Amino acid sequence: MSFPKVRVPYLLLLPGFAFLFTFFILPIINLAQTSTQTPVAGGDTGEYEQTLAFGNYIQAFVENKEQFGRSFLYASLATIFALAIAYPLAYAIAFKSGKFKNILLVLVVAPFFTSFLLRTIAWKQILGEEGFVVPGLRSLNIIGEQTTLTSTSIAVVAGMTYNFLPFMTLPLYASLERIDPRTIEAAGDLYANGITAFRRVTVPLSLPGVVAGTLLTFIPAAGDYVNAAILGSPNTKMIGNVIESRYFKIVDYPTAAALSFTLMAAILILVTLYIRKAGTEELV
Amino acid sequence: MAKERSLSPEARSILGTQVSRRAVLAGAGGVGAAGLLAACGGGGDGASAENTVRWGNWPLYLDFDEESKTYPTLVKFSEQTGIEAKYFEDYNDNDEFYGKVQAQLKLGEDIGYDVVTPTDWMAARWIRLGYTQKYDTANIPNKVNILDSLASPSYDPNRESTLTWQGIMGGFGWNVQKNPKGIRTLDDLFAPQNKGKIVVLTEMRDTIGVILLGQGVDITKVTEDEFMNAVDFMAKKISDGWIRGVKGNEYAEDLTSGDATAVIGWSGDMFILASENEGKFDFAIPESGGTISGDNLIIPSTASAAGKANGEKMINYYYDPAVAAEVAAYVNYVCPVKGAQAEMEKIAPELATSEYIFPTEKTSSRLNVFRSLTPDEETKWAEAFQQAQGN
Repeated sequence: MSFPKVRVPYLLLLPGFAFLFTFFILPIINLAQTSTQTPVAGGDTGEYEQTLAFGNYIQAFVENKEQFGRSFLYASLATIFALAIAYPLAYAIAFKSGKFKNILLVLVVAPFFTSFLLRTIAWKQILGEEGFVVPGLRSLNIIGEQTTLTSTSIAVVAGMTYNFLPFMTLPLYASLERIDPRTIEAAGDLYANGITAFRRVTVPLSLPGVVAGTLLTFIPAAGDYVNAAILGSPNTKMIGNVIESRYFKIVDYPTAAALSFTLMAAILILVTLYIRKAGTEELV
Repeated sequence: MAKERSLSPEARSILGTQVSRRAVLAGAGGVGAAGLLAACGGGGDGASAENTVRWGNWPLYLDFDEESKTYPTLVKFSEQTGIEAKYFEDYNDNDEFYGKVQAQLKLGEDIGYDVVTPTDWMAARWIRLGYTQKYDTANIPNKVNILDSLASPSYDPNRESTLTWQGIMGGFGWNVQKNPKGIRTLDDLFAPQNKGKIVVLTEMRDTIGVILLGQGVDITKVTEDEFMNAVDFMAKKISDGWIRGVKGNEYAEDLTSGDATAVIGWSGDMFILASENEGKFDFAIPESGGTISGDNLIIPSTASAAGKANGEKMINYYYDPAVAAEVAAYVNYVCPVKGAQAEMEKIAPELATSEYIFPTEKTSSRLNVFRSLTPDEETKWAEAFQQAQGN
């Protein structure tokens, strides 16, 4: 006995759909409901009722536009820096590493063997007063006695760049590695010098990796709050920190939910524009 | 979260000598960070059995023997009573723990603990919402041992469903080299040498409490205007670059790394920092007064009858002065049990005179309890405090 052919794809979709329905769709619906609630009159902390208060969204955005702006600025900077670091790295691994290729790839992934939190805390120590960076820069007179690196936006962006670097490197490597070396040779045969061949052949062929890598970096970075919490100061708080504080500290679930939705919408719009510009075919 | 201890050699070295939960956590890299994620995880234990008690407490808040990896007083309790104590160090933050269990409390489903340890104001919220059970006092004869000063808090005047686990003093901590004259007033704290290197606590009632007291406000009667005024003061100090961060336990780490030179901090941490770093750090209750708060042993409304009775027996056990002294010798916070000081003489005489653990009458008179807030105030004030720190 066999299933009619047409049903097989649906059956294959079933586990994924069931999973996403339970752990994505349902929570999203719940979040949407929460986002328009207001406190029960005379109720206790954390008691809210549905009043379809869509004004929550406007208020949440207006009160926190600074943190929204900062989130997208930091995420963009981290994405740009990660690309600048990861491209040469992926290029070297794909084309120049010879027998070390596998070892280098393992090294790129190696940070995942330790917790994200621990790695960020380690950065705090590296950039701290008693790390080697600050005393080093001081002895070279690059920074003054009073200047510190932790609790600054530099530390936050640096931490984010570091934490998301593998997400940028791996897709870049995957698309660079697939480039047929003969296309580059062919460019040479057509009198392109190294730079021209790189610009006209390698870069366009690696664009799917660039698009995938930037998305995999930018999206989580925009919602990240761990780096800002550990490496930042009150002046570098991102929207993720606000959502966390609204949810857990103020016990203001509606505002937290409204902020989450606004963040999702903002990311969705930016990503849609980006993919339209880059073309979806670049994604694969 | 209990595993944190095994991660840090710094923590391990402290454990070898003397320990406080907050200090060790700071060494392990900041409970705040861990707490961020802890909120997502579950906790406690699913099963409630006849002869067990499940206790959720703050990390490193109970005497621990590094060699046998056991909690000596808890082991003795089990031997004496035959009750198996399951101990969970997963109460990292009042708000986060509440966020984790509140849905189950509301539905009356087992939260996985028979005893939990919230701070005063959070205990008050649990009582208000009916999420606690009143003690059966027959099971807790030692209840009479609570210090007079702690015997009748506004949220539970007769201590019917709460007993203090440990008391926590809030005041100024500082690096002695950078502040040779010490810090006694807000002006001392915001002195030029500390600019950009001041850290204050995320615990609103301690940070704003100390600021309010410095402004001459009685925190047992503070009004909204006075509170907002103090929050603005803090916000200004943040935007002007005086305050570097608003943090939980991690401030102790900032002091040791030199990133902070002066803090509004907690007594127990500063006790450890001072003794571990041979006079490099000091702590004082501000001239204008400091704050005192307590973490409380409460029995959730969801605990079974057996869990409740076993919990009460355990609470009674910890209110025995000899046991309380053993715990206090390890955690270094204010011991709430009468007679523990005399017991401490026998096991660690040098700690029996410690103002950190057994504050004298004179010291106690300078400590103030932040008044209880209404639900409306709780939300509104917390919001102002969070916004002042960039959230």
